[in-house]
Amino acid sequence: MTILTGRMEAHRADSHTMARYRETGGYTALRKALLEMTPEQVHEEVKASNIRGRGGAGFPTGVKWGFLAASEPRYLVVNGDESEPGTFKDRQLLERDPHQMVEGIIISAYALNVHHAFVYIRGEYPRPARRVQRAVDEAYEAGLLGRDILGTGFDLDVTVHLGGGAYICGEETALLNSLEGRRGEPRIKPPFPAVEGLYAKPTIVNNVETLSNVPWMILNGGAAYDAIGPEGSKGTRLFSLSGHVKRPGNYEIEMGLTWRDFIYGHGGGIRGDREIKTWIPGGASAPWLFPEHLDEPITIDDAGRLDTMLGSGAVVVMDETTNVVKAALSVVKFFAHESCGQCTPCREGTSWMQRVLERILSGQGRAMDLDLLLDISDNISPGLRWPPAMTTICPLGPSAVSPITSILRRFRDEVEAMIPGVSAGV
Amino acid sequence: MSRWPPETMERAHAIIARYPEKRSAVMPLLYLAQHLEGRLTDDGMRQVADLVDLTPAQVQSVASFYTMYKRDEVGTYLVSVCTSISCMLLGGEDVLAAIEDETGVRDGETRADGLVSVEHVECIGACGGAPAVQVNYELVEGVTPENGRKLCRWLLDGRPRVVLGDEMQELFGGQRSFDWGPVEREGAVGPVPAFGPYGTAEEIR
Repeated sequence: MTILTGRMEAHRADSHTMARYRETGGYTALRKALLEMTPEQVHEEVKASNIRGRGGAGFPTGVKWGFLAASEPRYLVVNGDESEPGTFKDRQLLERDPHQMVEGIIISAYALNVHHAFVYIRGEYPRPARRVQRAVDEAYEAGLLGRDILGTGFDLDVTVHLGGGAYICGEETALLNSLEGRRGEPRIKPPFPAVEGLYAKPTIVNNVETLSNVPWMILNGGAAYDAIGPEGSKGTRLFSLSGHVKRPGNYEIEMGLTWRDFIYGHGGGIRGDREIKTWIPGGASAPWLFPEHLDEPITIDDAGRLDTMLGSGAVVVMDETTNVVKAALSVVKFFAHESCGQCTPCREGTSWMQRVLERILSGQGRAMDLDLLLDISDNISPGLRWPPAMTTICPLGPSAVSPITSILRRFRDEVEAMIPGVSAGV
Repeated sequence: MSRWPPETMERAHAIIARYPEKRSAVMPLLYLAQHLEGRLTDDGMRQVADLVDLTPAQVQSVASFYTMYKRDEVGTYLVSVCTSISCMLLGGEDVLAAIEDETGVRDGETRADGLVSVEHVECIGACGGAPAVQVNYELVEGVTPENGRKLCRWLLDGRPRVVLGDEMQELFGGQRSFDWGPVEREGAVGPVPAFGPYGTAEEIR
């Protein structure tokens, strides 16, 4: 079952063009929504689909839309700041089928009574941005954007905006600050964007993949979408698979299959037929899973039961040869680099964790370093629980704790073996 | 009082018109300023500040937050090597070392002749095509250390005016994150993302 990737699979050369999009049924959902449905009816279908946001937090989209305050102007912002290590699925949707998202934007804006939408694309994605801009230009030329769309009196403008190379702008309030021409620092919530968002006006922020599903829902009905996949994890989902697998790539799958089916079936197993050691199930922020979890089903709620998350849908596989300290350092270094610096526990903690891991990796570790790492982690995320408690405005700091607890709970002996004087097992 | 040529000012006003509030144009205008001068100068930031009614300090505080705004001299070719987790697992650090060696430029530095800068970067969303490299933000996936060297020699010897991702991928790439589909003719001129509405992209016929 494919909702998102069928067109690009079937029409390699031109799936991104208006001509091909229309020829394969594109913009008929828009026609249906604007000409035959009220905004409330469109909202009802999205609610009935039970889709949960594809950006990472997994919040039900229809419910989020319901929070939008009544005042005008109001805005729709598409989050295409895909930067979570391991994630490259929105890039494919933006490049290969931009009209699908543009149609999703127009339908959603109609439902939300929005007249200006923004697509925020990370700065390192110029090619996807060019494809989206071309799709937007084509939509204007076809009268599907601009004034009086399809003669309904509905107006909508879309602005494509490039980021500046800051992971934190994937956090929705940081994104809004960035889009306002400010430093990309997360805001304290509440107020939530649905009440005070862009320019302090009511704003809905949705992920690229989430909105790309909307045309299908309108054509086939929210109930049809809800019929796909297990409870709580409805619809198909585009997972990014990378690391030590034979066939990395994006896979559109119905949730509910097992990790074994995904990694060994779709992914073809581990390179060199080595053993799997661990994998990150939902982007660098997620706590890691281990071989005994291979037969667990891939759903949002099952991941939660295992004290981790599907997050952005990025699966990073590590084989038996992986140095887990080096891997954890790579993830921690990422968060230390991307910390916006507002909150002390995150700003200081992530860079100290990086330095302690570097010390261990270089053979200069001290016996106290493991407890020190846990102590720093506890200052960022008290109790080291999942879902994480936070001493910070946004979840970036706690994200850096995930690799630390993952390796210290699971591979403590391996880490200790790298510390002089501790390896004897004292 | 304008410091930019009229056609650039025209471009700047078109960018500002894309937003309900002027200030939102700061980031695109910073790209325009950087494209014009090869890096962000104090003059460039003052011009941006004038255009959106901010103080130069406010503009500077925005510019300093984002890694893609470069205050220091940047080479004609900015070579960015990903060393985040998926690329690290498949040898991104070896690719970085090979590129540093071939260009004679250390991570974070620019060569004396101003041709090339090398930097390691955090995840650039090419994890299925690891290890990944960007030249002026145009992507190459599945790069081996040897092909990383060849890519650098090709840049330094051939000095392409417009950097095209498809061309580099064809010559020096390997495993891709996904099928890229048809060839793109738009590319980058200088170390700024190539995007039409910002006037930073060029097309090759």
